Amino acid sequence: MENLPKKDTAEYFLQMKNITKCFGKFRALDDVNLNVRRGSVHALLGENGAGKTTLMNILYGLYQADLGEIFINGELVQIKNPSVAIDLGIGMVHQHFKLVQNFTVAQNIMLGCEVTSPFGVLDFKEFNKKIAKIIDQYGLKVDLKARIENISVGMQQRVEILKTLYRGADLLILDEPTAVLTPAEIEELINIIFKLTSSGKTVIIITHKLKEIKAVAQSCTIIRKGKYVDTLDVEKTNKHELAKKMVGRDVKLVVDNPPENPGEVVFEISDLCIKKETSENLFAVKDLSLKIRKGEILGLAGVEGNGQKEIAEAIMGLRKVSSGKITINGKEIQNLTPYEVIKNKVSIIHEDRHKRGLILDFSVAENAVLEEYRESPFSRNGILNYKAINKFTKELIKQYDIAPERCHRRRIRKLSGGNQQKVIIGREIHSNPDLLIAMQPTRGLDVGAIEYVHKTLIKEREKGRAILLISLELDEILALSSRVAVIYNGEILGSFSRKEANEENVGFLMAGGNENVA
Amino acid sequence: MKYENKVLLINILKKPIVSTLIAIFLGLLVAGGIIGALGYSPAMALNSLITGVFSRPKYVFKVIEKSTPMIFTGISVAFAFKAGLFNIGAEGQYILGSVVATVVGILFNFHPVLQIPMVILSGVVASTILGSFTGFLKAKFGVHEVISGIMFNWICLYLCNFVVNNPIFHKVSTSKTYSINKSGFITLLHEWKRSKEGIEYLRGNSFLSDILLKTDLNVSFLVAILVAITIWFILYKTTLGFGIRAVGNSPKAAELAGISVKKNVIKSMGISGAICGLAAALNISGVSPHGLYLLNMFENIGFNGISVALIGAGSAIGCIFSGLFFGGLIYGGNNVQSDLGIPSEIINITMGAILLAIALTKIIPSVVKKFIFRLKESDDI
Repeated sequence: MENLPKKDTAEYFLQMKNITKCFGKFRALDDVNLNVRRGSVHALLGENGAGKTTLMNILYGLYQADLGEIFINGELVQIKNPSVAIDLGIGMVHQHFKLVQNFTVAQNIMLGCEVTSPFGVLDFKEFNKKIAKIIDQYGLKVDLKARIENISVGMQQRVEILKTLYRGADLLILDEPTAVLTPAEIEELINIIFKLTSSGKTVIIITHKLKEIKAVAQSCTIIRKGKYVDTLDVEKTNKHELAKKMVGRDVKLVVDNPPENPGEVVFEISDLCIKKETSENLFAVKDLSLKIRKGEILGLAGVEGNGQKEIAEAIMGLRKVSSGKITINGKEIQNLTPYEVIKNKVSIIHEDRHKRGLILDFSVAENAVLEEYRESPFSRNGILNYKAINKFTKELIKQYDIAPERCHRRRIRKLSGGNQQKVIIGREIHSNPDLLIAMQPTRGLDVGAIEYVHKTLIKEREKGRAILLISLELDEILALSSRVAVIYNGEILGSFSRKEANEENVGFLMAGGNENVA
Repeated sequence: MKYENKVLLINILKKPIVSTLIAIFLGLLVAGGIIGALGYSPAMALNSLITGVFSRPKYVFKVIEKSTPMIFTGISVAFAFKAGLFNIGAEGQYILGSVVATVVGILFNFHPVLQIPMVILSGVVASTILGSFTGFLKAKFGVHEVISGIMFNWICLYLCNFVVNNPIFHKVSTSKTYSINKSGFITLLHEWKRSKEGIEYLRGNSFLSDILLKTDLNVSFLVAILVAITIWFILYKTTLGFGIRAVGNSPKAAELAGISVKKNVIKSMGISGAICGLAAALNISGVSPHGLYLLNMFENIGFNGISVALIGAGSAIGCIFSGLFFGGLIYGGNNVQSDLGIPSEIINITMGAILLAIALTKIIPSVVKKFIFRLKESDDI
């Protein structure tokens, strides 16, 4: 190893060369190169499953590459495990934060890297001095004494960044950092990133959001299906070129959304109150009212955890309503069982595909009839008719272009996320609902599948269905909705017509702003 | 090794039957090691075990007779597994079935055509109610079925002793109850084999006399096979089974799809209890002494059902084989003890080792996978 020539790469903090990683026969990464300039923000772009996270896990020592070399500051390194990575100055902020909920911020930052006086007593004074310096330098405002469970998601993310800096990171890997943030919080994060790079830190952000790459990164490496595609100078490219390289074909970033022609009101919520699970006196949803007409998509915008989930679950009968009415076609359906709600022509594409939408160890066919297996022709007198079930599933596979083609007997766990979602959408639409609830329908899907889901939703709206779209992605809301309502803290703060709604006014209310002030 | 062969090997190792056989082999190995360490010959012990099971028709049929209740309780536990429930209360459900079948069998004396169904149905109904009630407690109040199951086990044990000690049922100067009335017996040719011409005929036929006179040959085993097939049919061919499997696999997804989790929990516990009750009632009317013993401790028929279900890989059909295997070990183990003087507890150790190995065999495919795919560069993947 000593004989290897020292690379003359003072310019690059990190170089990953010809990285190849196989899982069995599957090549997750095939000859991928990544060169990250010191003090820059480098974006790693690719669809879900393209290998972005695998590459970063190799860098962080969670996996070992089968082939290829990693250079840090021009020196060849072997990263056998995360502690080696941390010693080399690599820090990672995972998409799902790894924080102890009932510890304070300070305790979380210290965890695993404690400052102690003799006899192992924690020395918070010394620690506070150390951490205050870092906080000042980068403008990472946090409340050191607050418990994680009581602080906002944005602050939790800052705690994660602090954790890596406290451990001496020079390179920060941020995995999908904006997925859970409000527009305002995203802006703050971008500021923090700029402060980091201006003081010499290097940042890699993993993302599939083109807008943010344009906003924050200097260069961008694209990988597709485990293969290196290109590294682009962000200034000299545009969103369409990035998207095309990421997907491998031309994609429409925004679906065609012809003007709607809504009919009468089919679905109505009036003065709905739902108690929080954890408390008898606190409400997750307070006096909430909304109406949806035939042939329109109502987009419910809001940051995660503001009552969207509770509303959807209350409609479906999974959650008790403490007061108020939910009506469909003039019939009250609050506090009915899910079975009765479905019978009243309400369907849901649930955000949690794996736990709520599908039974992963059931076959595709069994999942396709999960709601209708008790009905003819799928069963008669309590005996299942697999012939009819399989026939129906094969049609569904064909109609919704589900891959692989002959998969009706296969366990649905083996299908990709996009294809699983297509099974759910096909199933829910087959029951011919008057109200379709689409709860984060594109969560975790790649660009191709997102396009498909969006098109399908528009198509169903055109057919005259009422659709309630609940999404954390503001772009999705703005692209699809006929009307936008913004929920904050269990209340609707304001609503906009399709023409009025834009990123600023909706984003402002999502952060809890007051309409009058706006 | 070629890539395809590696994949094939992994897939073979993933088959439940293969991992079960590996586990049984490992368990026997452990038992052999212990026997060897105690200074006995493992080979002779194995020989004695096999002789004790297969050398005479009587032994084989005794094994079947001993195994049958455990096959039932195994199916019962395996069925509850499919619904995501752990029916540790199988023991109590079995005892309650025995108690009620005995009480009914002693108190009433109708024509066999009426008496036999009545005895058996009473046991089934009692255990169904107990099972459903365990399920109800879970569905309604969130009481875990393991907790309530253990409690009911004790309640049933003491209920059994209460009945045995009751003067109406207690057979004087024994620790047993009376036998149920003969009209409730389902032992094959029970009257005939004790009659003059029966004895006369059997004297000329050593095979038949061996199995008819020395065992309580009855149809329970065939019923067990029928129940296994029925349970398989219910699980995979009916809407009832679809709902139960959905709830067992993913209660949250089932709930959203309009499948009631609570109802299915109660139903599955009821069916699980019913199978235990059937086992108990068939045992009372088929096998002597056709009544209850005073129980100092559990007989373990229900608890052994848990082992049977695990060895049978949670499949009803698999339980037939694992139940027979378990019964064979227990019955043959007695022979090992009388032949070589090895304590029969060695059988329990063997069973324990096999169950432990079964828990471990789940990791064998992934360990092998890691190992064989490590040898990569030199190989032609």
